[in-house]
Amino acid sequence: MISFLSRRLAYMVVTLLLVSVVSFAIIQSAPGDYAEIVAAKRAATGTVITQADIEQVRVELGLDQPWHQQYWRWFSRAVQGDFGYSWAWRRPVGEVIAERMPLTLAIAFSTLFFMYAVSIPIGIYSAVRRYSFGDHLASLIGYLGLAIPNFLLALVLMYLGQQYLDQSVGGLFSPEYFNAPWSWGRVKDLLAHLVIPVLVLGLAGTAYLIRSMRAAMLDELDKMYVLAARASGLSPMQLLIRYPVRMALNPIAATLGWRLTYVISGAPIVGFVLALPDTGPLFLDALLNQDMYLAGALIFLYCLLTIIGTFVSDLLLVLLDPRIRLE
Amino acid sequence: MSTGIYRAFAPVRSLFRRRDYRPDLASQWQLMWWKFRRHKLAILGMALLGGLLIMALFAETISPYPPGQRDPAYVAGPPMAPRFIDETGAFHLRPFVYGTTAVRDMNTLRLVHQIDTSKKWKLQFLVEGAPYRLLGLVPTNIRLFGIEHNMIHLFGTDFTGLDLFSRSVHAARASLGVALVGVTVSFVLGSAIGGVAGYFGGGIDNFVMRLIEFIRSIPTLPLWLALAALMPRHWGPLATYLAITVILALLGWTWLARTVRSKLLATRHEDFVLAARLSGCSDARIIRRHLLPSFLSYLIVDASIAFPEILLAETSLSFLGLGLREPVESWGVLLFAAQNIRAIDQAPWLMIPGVFVIVAVLAFNFVGDGLRDAADPYSKS
Repeated sequence: MISFLSRRLAYMVVTLLLVSVVSFAIIQSAPGDYAEIVAAKRAATGTVITQADIEQVRVELGLDQPWHQQYWRWFSRAVQGDFGYSWAWRRPVGEVIAERMPLTLAIAFSTLFFMYAVSIPIGIYSAVRRYSFGDHLASLIGYLGLAIPNFLLALVLMYLGQQYLDQSVGGLFSPEYFNAPWSWGRVKDLLAHLVIPVLVLGLAGTAYLIRSMRAAMLDELDKMYVLAARASGLSPMQLLIRYPVRMALNPIAATLGWRLTYVISGAPIVGFVLALPDTGPLFLDALLNQDMYLAGALIFLYCLLTIIGTFVSDLLLVLLDPRIRLE
Repeated sequence: MSTGIYRAFAPVRSLFRRRDYRPDLASQWQLMWWKFRRHKLAILGMALLGGLLIMALFAETISPYPPGQRDPAYVAGPPMAPRFIDETGAFHLRPFVYGTTAVRDMNTLRLVHQIDTSKKWKLQFLVEGAPYRLLGLVPTNIRLFGIEHNMIHLFGTDFTGLDLFSRSVHAARASLGVALVGVTVSFVLGSAIGGVAGYFGGGIDNFVMRLIEFIRSIPTLPLWLALAALMPRHWGPLATYLAITVILALLGWTWLARTVRSKLLATRHEDFVLAARLSGCSDARIIRRHLLPSFLSYLIVDASIAFPEILLAETSLSFLGLGLREPVESWGVLLFAAQNIRAIDQAPWLMIPGVFVIVAVLAFNFVGDGLRDAADPYSKS
């Protein structure tokens, strides 16, 4: 167990280093460098800037050093939470992200929770009542869920909400609660606004999970031990929960890390369409403005989240299936 | 050379050769086709894909107007539905659309197009329109349908008066084209890298597998977005187009590489490989003539799964304005106009191009499911 854990941890650290190199490469490959931006900013205030001044700034910022030294400088500061300066926001990157990251995390984890909470019961139902009306309905929704681009779903739900429910769907709060102090009504308003992002982000993943849960259950239901348990007089419900469901959950739990990757991957575009004050619009704006320290830091953090997710799902798998430890 | 071509089409020929149902005599490809045929959704998917392909090839004929032609009298106009039954309940054999009159809404001060039932515009088929070259070769001006003296907009128009139907039909080219090129590039990358890993094994194999795991564990869309954002703005449409496909393919090859590698590892020591080696075949010939055909069907399955993924990725990038840009038209580029709630509120029909994306992805998923079942024709069930 300990050797397994340490191997996974070592692997996690290596992945993290690789990810940081990729993020840094993206920061570096933006046209122009930070010194020119600083120079442009000073020039905007009316100061005369010469080429020598730009060189001076470059030396000050360490931009004349070879890339691996620059990388190390960036990385060692990034680990301490200092991701550089966002010139578009005129504030440190870490501060800007810290304001918006909690919401991204909240949405990502509620989506993950939603996906599993919905797909596991439906998957079990679909497998037990195979080819029933409910099964066909679930697979129809599954196919659609995989085919609709999530930004389009967000747009349609937003339009329907606006048109028929007369509710403002974008953002996090209705106008009347926007600046209101925290109250019960405001919490309810917040939750109502979280429903659509979670639904939009979770639909494709839910569809996928229903299919794999159904397939895993069908594999298990045909096995002899199910027959044996039934013959020994277990009630159908007890039998289902105690044996095949537990077995079928293994592959589902094993892909938790990938599901998290998927949710994180879709989050920016959904956040942008729904105008949520999370990191999504921040990331896209940073990319469009080539505000690369911010964009690189966000990519790094997104990757960090998924790496942790993969690690957690590995742990879960070991806890759920003792056979894995023997490897 | 000619026998090579002849051989290459052998699987296709075996599909169309008329033969009684004799599983013991049928070729592998014929067995697969028989199995595929039983999957009704897959057949539906094939039909839909065929329809989209025809749409892409004959876009000029199907669309009534060139995609850049504006209708200044019908800006941001809603879709016109073809009808057979008029307001009095009388039936017309030739479908028609009602004309419209522009009225200013006194509350919002916007021009609103109201249906005018006194004007009936009859649909004409195979009419003469703007000239074009059929398949890029034959100069002609015949278009599938149109109306006289006025313009018909089946899907409505956007805020500049461009016909959404004509644009959607033309956009099939870029959307399917990007996906096709992207899948081809990732197919080549995947089989080359997976082939090297599977064939040489050992350290190289280990390295490639770790690399694949690494690429899988990072969220792809943000990375795609970042790479796309780094593309210089001054690049022309064609360069952007190519760069986008390469970006999409760069991260899409991992599934194929994994399949190629595992299949190579599994079949490398089969008896038929040994037999081929003993009769003096070179490594290249063994891979090409004996190993590759034995798992080609699995590769096709993987490609059919990669296709919708790349299509969706391109649509998302273009929708955000980071992918293809005007004047190139793809479904994602058309959806770019529907980016904010105000636009959708005024002209919800701008979301129609999304329906094409959904249909294409669904069709590919159906076909992919059918292929997956048919990929191993010797299995039971």
